[in-house]
Amino acid sequence: MTAYVLRRLLLMLPVAFLVTVGVFMLIHLSPGDPALIILGEDRSPQAIAQIHQELGLDKPLYVQYGIWLGHIVHGDWGRSITTHQPVAVAITERLPATIELGLTALLWSLLVAIPLGTIAAVRRGSVADSVATSITVAGVSIPNFFIGIVLIFVLSVTLRLFPFGGYVPFLTDPLESLRHVALPAIALGTAGAAINMRFTRSSMIEVLNHDYIRTARAKGASWRRVVFVHALKNALIPVVTIVGLQIGGIIEGAVVTETVFTWPGVGRLAVESIFNRDYTVVQGIVLLAAFSYMVANLLVDLAYAWLDPRISYA
Amino acid sequence: MSNAPAIVAAQEPVRRTPIALLDLIRTHRRVTFAFALVAVLFLIALVSPVISPHDPLAVRPDDSYLPPLTPGHVLGTDELGRDLLSRVLWGARVSLPVAFVAVAVGLFAGGLIGLVSGYAGGVADLLLMRFVDALLAFPGLILAIAVVAALGPGLRNAMIAIGIVAVPVYARLVRAVVLQLKQMEFIVATRALGATPLRLVLRHLIPNLLNPIIVQVSLSAGFAILAEATLSFLGLGAQLPTPDWGQMINAGASFLTNDPWLAIVPGAAISITVYSFNLLGDSLRDALDPRLRS
Repeated sequence: MTAYVLRRLLLMLPVAFLVTVGVFMLIHLSPGDPALIILGEDRSPQAIAQIHQELGLDKPLYVQYGIWLGHIVHGDWGRSITTHQPVAVAITERLPATIELGLTALLWSLLVAIPLGTIAAVRRGSVADSVATSITVAGVSIPNFFIGIVLIFVLSVTLRLFPFGGYVPFLTDPLESLRHVALPAIALGTAGAAINMRFTRSSMIEVLNHDYIRTARAKGASWRRVVFVHALKNALIPVVTIVGLQIGGIIEGAVVTETVFTWPGVGRLAVESIFNRDYTVVQGIVLLAAFSYMVANLLVDLAYAWLDPRISYA
Repeated sequence: MSNAPAIVAAQEPVRRTPIALLDLIRTHRRVTFAFALVAVLFLIALVSPVISPHDPLAVRPDDSYLPPLTPGHVLGTDELGRDLLSRVLWGARVSLPVAFVAVAVGLFAGGLIGLVSGYAGGVADLLLMRFVDALLAFPGLILAIAVVAALGPGLRNAMIAIGIVAVPVYARLVRAVVLQLKQMEFIVATRALGATPLRLVLRHLIPNLLNPIIVQVSLSAGFAILAEATLSFLGLGAQLPTPDWGQMINAGASFLTNDPWLAIVPGAAISITVYSFNLLGDSLRDALDPRLRS
């Protein structure tokens, strides 16, 4: 296992290097002088010269990359062009709202997916299974921003059951926080629910065909006990790995949902920054999204190897 | 991508042509239904200039906010009095080509990487796969947004961005299938008979890659349409006054209280289109996967 962890970490190094190169190149792919892009409106010759000097823009590209990486590693992610706030601070301020939304969406997706996926697997081939399978395909086909708009129209504008927009931190007022996060979480979590349901179903079908399930039944265990006690625990192992990846991808999902619900998180900050041509903030968010995704991938792989030792020796 | 080896295993190690897929369309009800849906969508995109009752760009302030089922405007009109049905029909002419150009970019670049990586192996494989891993390290939509942020908003850049997101998917798929095919006796025999690498790739590898690629193309097309709509919804894809579904939802969202149809109609159009492609990919995969066939 230790050898596998080391090998996996070593494999991650070149990928991490390439990811940082990609994020660094983001600003250089844009047409024009990066100093002008970074400065935005404030384009005095002194300011331009200062940026050139700070980033070493007169030096070869690989030297510029080294300088940029040095700043990133030391926690200096640059300053926002529009607010002049340090990028790391801007992101950190918005992160709790995004995490709260992402985790609630994940919880919602699991509450829907596990029971429905289990029912579909147990009643494989039935009408319930067909309906559940169709819902799965539909769930990944409807854009989450559209689900959000329909939810706002029905539950917020028409029925006035939920407030539209606004964020209340969970620790400030848990009940009010849940009322505010409910609609964006449902919008964000529906595609995840569809994917998790699909995984639960296929994994459950596979587990139910195992010998130990037949043995449990032969020993007189009730079908309900076999499904929920013996099968479900093992069937959820692949689902756990997918959920791990979904946690890593929270920022990605939040980009659109936060825009629809004017949720003050990192996703909305990303969209606002693109329109403000605030490249340093965009760079910071892309880097954070990529690294959280990479770490989630790594943890999922390690968890899988821990749960199924055959993988370590493959 | 886990379905690739199963699909290959299900095949006889002989040249494959898409004709086998035509058989699937004929014999599998789910595939037939999904294929018919996709065909209808293409037909709509093709004939929308003929069947659209109005010019999708024609502004008529006197006719603004007409509700659905108004005579002459079946789905109503938007805030500028433009016919919603015409705009939705024309929207298919934006979304479908964008999706297919994006998928083609991903398929060509990713397929080439996968082919070289799988066939050559060694250092080339190691380097190319690390590049692919780096692309995969970015969540899909974040990568697309980052590319559009760098290149600037617009349909052309959205196509490039979505295509780049698809590259690692095809690279991994093609590499996995090529690695498996390379071990098969007919490939070993063909090589032993002195076939050149080019002949081996063109005559034996590519035909055997077709089935998994066709499954992936339909799934990627669904993703590409969704991604294009998302980028346009955020204002990073199609620009005004192009009749684009994502952008129409964005505009319609402002009038949700009194005219919800302005957002709901294009939303339904996107959902049906993506559903059709996902269903096609899904049903083709099920029909080709021996584990699911039993």
